[in-house]
Amino acid sequence: MALKLYGLPMSTCTTRVLACLHEKGVDFELVPVDLFSGEHKQPPFLSKNPFGQIPVLEDGDLTLFESRAITAYVAEKFKETGTDLIKHNNPKEAALVKVWMEVESLNFNSAISPIVFEHIVGPIMGKTADQAVIDANLEKLGKVLDVYESKLSITKYLAGDFYSLADLHHFPYTHYFMTTPWASLVNDRPHVKAWWEDISSRPAFKKIVGAMTFGEGK
Amino acid sequence: MAAIKVHGNPLSTASMRVLATVYEKEIDHEFVFVDMRAGEHKKEHFLSFNPFGQVPALEDGDLKLFESRAINKYIACEYAVKGTQLIYQDSKKMAITSVWMEVEAQQYDPAASKLGWELAIKPLLGMSTDTAVVEENEAKLAKVLDVYESRLAQSKYLGGDCFTLADLHHLPTLHYLFGTQVKKHFDSRPHVSAWVADITARPAWLKVLALLSQQ
Repeated sequence: MALKLYGLPMSTCTTRVLACLHEKGVDFELVPVDLFSGEHKQPPFLSKNPFGQIPVLEDGDLTLFESRAITAYVAEKFKETGTDLIKHNNPKEAALVKVWMEVESLNFNSAISPIVFEHIVGPIMGKTADQAVIDANLEKLGKVLDVYESKLSITKYLAGDFYSLADLHHFPYTHYFMTTPWASLVNDRPHVKAWWEDISSRPAFKKIVGAMTFGEGK
Repeated sequence: MAAIKVHGNPLSTASMRVLATVYEKEIDHEFVFVDMRAGEHKKEHFLSFNPFGQVPALEDGDLKLFESRAINKYIACEYAVKGTQLIYQDSKKMAITSVWMEVEAQQYDPAASKLGWELAIKPLLGMSTDTAVVEENEAKLAKVLDVYESRLAQSKYLGGDCFTLADLHHLPTLHYLFGTQVKKHFDSRPHVSAWVADITARPAWLKVLALLSQQ
C-alpha cells in the first residue's frame, strides 16, 4: 500500500518530505490540504496532527507529523533502496549526519524561515513585510553561512564527502530564499554556492521544484 | 576503549541535556568544564569541537560531535545495550518517538527557552525582563501544553509507554521554568503535571542537579 502524504506541493515542509520520497524512489500519494479554508485547523485533520500543520504522513495505521521526523522515518524504513541518506552502516558518519541535521533544524532554519515568511508568504496573506525582522535574520543567517563556508571548504557536503539528509533538509527554504533580493548571501560564498548548485540540480529536486511557487508572478 | 568526554557547562541547558543522557546510560565519562564567563566557548580550541561556539560538545574516541539532541541520539544508538533504553528498536515506535522529539525542538523549546532566559537567567545577570516577550511566549507555551495534556492522557510518556529522549529533552528547561511564574501552566494540567513529577524524579536527573548545585 502506498504512503499518503497530506500537504501542498509549494509548502516548504511538505517539499522537504517530497524530496526525500523521490530520493528513495518510494510510491506515495499527495493528498492536498486546503489551508485557505482552514482545513488544517479543524477536527478531522487535527486528529492526524494536533498542532494543525502540514505535512502528515500515513503509512498504514501509522500517522506521523513534523517533516524531519517523517524524513527520518522514510530514510530508515527504505534504507536499502534509493540514495543512502543516513549512512546507516557507518555509525560515525550516521552521527555526523545527525549533527548537521540539528544545525539545519535549529541554527539555519531559525534564521532563514522568518526571511522567507516576511518577504514571500506574509505579503500573500496580506501582511506587510517587517524589514527589521528580515535585517536581523539576514545578519544571523550570514554568520551561519560563514560556518558553512568553512565546513564546505573541507568536505563536499555538510556531514562529509557524501550527500545526506542533512543537505536535503536545506532545500525548500534555500530554494525560496534564492528568489529574494538577498541571494548574494549564498552566491558570495563560493563553497556554499557550489554546494547549493550541486544539491539543487539533483533529479529528486527537479521533480518538485516546478510546483514550488506561491503564484506571486514575480 | 577511549572514554567519552563531555565538554560543557552545568549551567547550560544543552549541556544538562547531554549529561542526563550520559547518566541514564551509565556511561563512564569525563566532564570537561568550559568556562563560558571567560569566553572559552568562542576561542579556537573549543571552536575545533563546535564551529558555532556553543556547548556542549562530545568526544568519543576520534569522533567529535555537537548539538545536544544529535549527541543524545548518537549515545542512545551507540550504547543501546547500556543503562536505560532511551529509544525504541521497533521502527513504528521509534517513528512516533521521533515525532515527539521534533515537537520538543520545534514547538516547545522556542517558547520555553525564551521564557527561561527572560524569567530565570536575565535576573541572575542583573538584566531586566522583557514583559512583552514573556506574555507572547507564555501564550505559545500554553497552547503547546494543551496538546501535551491530550497526548499524555492517552500515553504515559510522550513517545509511548516508556521514558525516552522525547521526554528527557525537556528536563533542562523545565528545571529553570519551575522556578518562575510559568510553573502554573504545568501545574494546572493534571497529566502534564504528573508527567513532569515523574521525569524530574529520575535518579539520573537528580545526579545532573547535584552537579549543578556544586557550581
